[in-house]
Amino acid sequence: MGGFVPIQPEERRAMLAAVGIVDPERLFAAIPEEFRWPSGDTDPYTDPALSELEVVRRLQDLARRNASTATHACFLGAGAYDHYQPAAIDHLVSRQEFLTAYTPYQPEISQGTLQTIFEFQSLICRLTGLAICNSSMYDGASAAAEAMLMCIRQTSRTKVLLLGAIHPHTRQVVHTYLEAQGFTVDEVGGLGPGDTLDRLSGTNPILPGSALSVLPADLSSYAGVLVQCPDFFGRVEPLEPIAAAVKAQGALAVASCDPVSLAILRSPGDCGFDIAVGEAQPLGNSLAFGGPYVGYLAAREPLLRKMPGRIVGETVDRAGRRSFVLTIQAREQHIRREKATSNICTSQALCALKATIYLALQGQTGLVDVARQSAAKAIWLQEQLIATGLFEPVFLGPFFREFAVRIAGNDNPELISKLNGYLAIHGLIGGLDLGDLAPQLTGCWLLAVTEKRTLAEMAALIEACRDFLAG
Amino acid sequence: MRMTNQKTPDPDTILIFEKGGSPHGNRLIPPLDVPDVDLAGYFGEDIYRSIPPVIPDLAEPEVVRHYTALSRKNFGVETGPYPLGSCTMKYNPKVQENLAALPGFAGVHPLQGDAASQGCLALLADLEKQLCAICGVDRFTFQPSAGAQGEWTGLLMIKAYHESRGDHHRKVMLVPDSAHGTNPASAAMAGFEIRQIVSGPDGMIDLAALEAAIDERCAGLMLTNPNTLGLFEKNIGRISELVHGAGGQLYYDGANINAILMQARPGDMGFDVVHLNLHKSFSTPHGGGGPGSGPVGVKAHLAPFLPAPVLTLAADGHYWLDDARPQTVGRVRSFNGNFAVLVRAYAYILANGADGLREVSQAAVANANYLLARLRDAYDLPYDQPCLHEFVLSGSRQKEMGCATMDIAKRLIDYGYHPPTVYFPLIVKEAMMIEPTETETREGLEGFADALLAIAEEVKHDPELLHLAPQTTPISRPDELRAAKDPVLSR
Repeated sequence: MGGFVPIQPEERRAMLAAVGIVDPERLFAAIPEEFRWPSGDTDPYTDPALSELEVVRRLQDLARRNASTATHACFLGAGAYDHYQPAAIDHLVSRQEFLTAYTPYQPEISQGTLQTIFEFQSLICRLTGLAICNSSMYDGASAAAEAMLMCIRQTSRTKVLLLGAIHPHTRQVVHTYLEAQGFTVDEVGGLGPGDTLDRLSGTNPILPGSALSVLPADLSSYAGVLVQCPDFFGRVEPLEPIAAAVKAQGALAVASCDPVSLAILRSPGDCGFDIAVGEAQPLGNSLAFGGPYVGYLAAREPLLRKMPGRIVGETVDRAGRRSFVLTIQAREQHIRREKATSNICTSQALCALKATIYLALQGQTGLVDVARQSAAKAIWLQEQLIATGLFEPVFLGPFFREFAVRIAGNDNPELISKLNGYLAIHGLIGGLDLGDLAPQLTGCWLLAVTEKRTLAEMAALIEACRDFLAG
Repeated sequence: MRMTNQKTPDPDTILIFEKGGSPHGNRLIPPLDVPDVDLAGYFGEDIYRSIPPVIPDLAEPEVVRHYTALSRKNFGVETGPYPLGSCTMKYNPKVQENLAALPGFAGVHPLQGDAASQGCLALLADLEKQLCAICGVDRFTFQPSAGAQGEWTGLLMIKAYHESRGDHHRKVMLVPDSAHGTNPASAAMAGFEIRQIVSGPDGMIDLAALEAAIDERCAGLMLTNPNTLGLFEKNIGRISELVHGAGGQLYYDGANINAILMQARPGDMGFDVVHLNLHKSFSTPHGGGGPGSGPVGVKAHLAPFLPAPVLTLAADGHYWLDDARPQTVGRVRSFNGNFAVLVRAYAYILANGADGLREVSQAAVANANYLLARLRDAYDLPYDQPCLHEFVLSGSRQKEMGCATMDIAKRLIDYGYHPPTVYFPLIVKEAMMIEPTETETREGLEGFADALLAIAEEVKHDPELLHLAPQTTPISRPDELRAAKDPVLSR
């Protein structure tokens, strides 16, 4: 047995007897006999309890079967990034007062959680250049989906547009959320189903052009337009003209932005966007095979009452002391039930706390340095890979932390996957095989370079590519 | 938005970015080891941010002291009894934290490929097997991030199932009036119309009301069992016949499954879809309100509709993620769900085994009934039956004497206890929903009961103590009206 039950059966029996409950089994009498389980004399579920040491061994064995950032240098991004996580973060979030508490329903004994959420909201506002922010969403994808639902609530239009190369998971989640309620999701210039090379516009032969270049002229039927920057391929472009064009036709402009990039790229608020969303995993959260991560959702102030999720506000207590509370709750499911702005009950509070502490430890100087180094290293690696003659660029123009290249002169659809397999043997996690996502991207490889990647690791990657492709 | 023009902030509530700080950088990462790039020139002024976001540069000791001080203003499960009904605030075993942090889990990239992730996939496969056995269903998805997202995902599968059979007219989801607020909210987000079913005088689904509500448009019924009063819907067999007989599907809200672990299984009761809150019954930490995890289990007939990709075992013994699922409801989350939460739940199940999980429900139910027996005379008990893992008292008697349930809750804080869930379920006036869980100690149970009994006496003799409560906390009764009327949501 797990050893997590302090009151043992004998004592339990005595306690219950003392209050007149003679047969503890009778406590389950309300469950009809036909549904009691296990029924009869067979117990189909017979896994015995393991001691703590056995559990540790079992899970260590499983963990050893994975490649990880502890064993490999990771050049894979595509929405999840291997940035350095300062040591103090885990020590602080492991404090049981943060770790084991629940939603701050009782503000008097939850000021720690409430104030850290308020700090998270404030820091995201500073990054995005917007006035309000909620306490966090499940991930960047659901934040984008909820943002598009906000657009529909605000404008009473029933269609949204996904513009340019948006992360495939974000696209898919937006489709799931919106179509469930009968709304329409259009896409243009991304890599949606049916996008072929012929349909792709722009000056580049492989990737679609910039988001602006594929923006339809008529947006009058759309509630909102979502653009991702940096886009799925790492590309960045001026956002201001997109926001202006979208808003001129009565739609809301929504940007999905990587939070690290906002240290050195103009903010969505500054560029005129109404809503900003994104995946805040890069701020101090582990890769962890995909979660838990944490989405952020920030907006202009007039959209406040359309927002989903918990929001923390500042007030004073009855002695006039500065206090933080859950607020504007009349939007939420526990009050509005089926008329709520969303079904989301809580948030990703502990992940948001990691992001908050990450920003506090980095400070402005550190955050800018992380972004600057990630950008510079990605630029350097892309140049070096092209210089080998083994790869060719697949887009022109600037990028942040991530870029795509294509293996020159070879359209074998298996080649990237074999290259990644070869790299894995040499202690490197290679980039994403874009051919898996869209046939027109066969032979294309999406690589991410964070500040953690060293010159030596990048040289090893180049060398291994040379050995595999030219050798 | 109230603009501030405030004096020096109170040192106890100073925000991290209100601390001084002067630009100095830190030593967290080494200097750049490739040629520097003029990023302003590279990106151009339309893209480059010339004024970085304002975040002060602080030294690590300042940051650590700040967050340590904030943590001390929180009440956690290890601080003391936390009988927050419906939330199952049980103790979270420490070893789970170590295991989730293993580099071979924490450092795995979600897209690094099936071959490089076999350990993660094997863990998910075994966890799925165990949860299927515990719940009596055939398949699970781990994508949903939390219970509410799990509800919505399960409802999308019900919708897809009906549509696959040409039953496009099944648009109505039945939800009891005692249900969690997420139930109707999730049903609305899944595109259903909601029809509320009133509870009978015994707190159970009123079978006549249910029959009257069922028609050919019925898509299904959402049910928490035991319900939010902590009572087992003993007519579940009949309810299942009625709903299925009308062509509907039965949805199990697993928020309260702690009460019946290894005693009864939702699948056997006729439920077609089950979501679990792993942060409740399977003991993963609540994190101050997330991350949780809301896996959804289904019977075989709903498996084609699971979110893609689906974990699959190949003939050669390797696991892989199958994206080719033509009838899938789609993707509900990026990547693979809250994997690190799943690691913790898996470790918890292994540590308990079948017998341990049965012990969990027995102890949880015993603790609740013991508290109920100690408190039943001092407070009103609107539904007077033996409870399962939780029970709901009413503070109506105290309210008449001038002390509301909120006053009782605040006074409990002065006694060193986390208050129960209050004013829920909505069908009980001045509700106090008490769930001690199986991990509460004898001292904790007795102390909590003693405190509530003492407070009941204070209501009679010294109500001012309740009105002034709490007096032991950094703040007391913050002005929530002001917060909502004149919002300050960031600084």
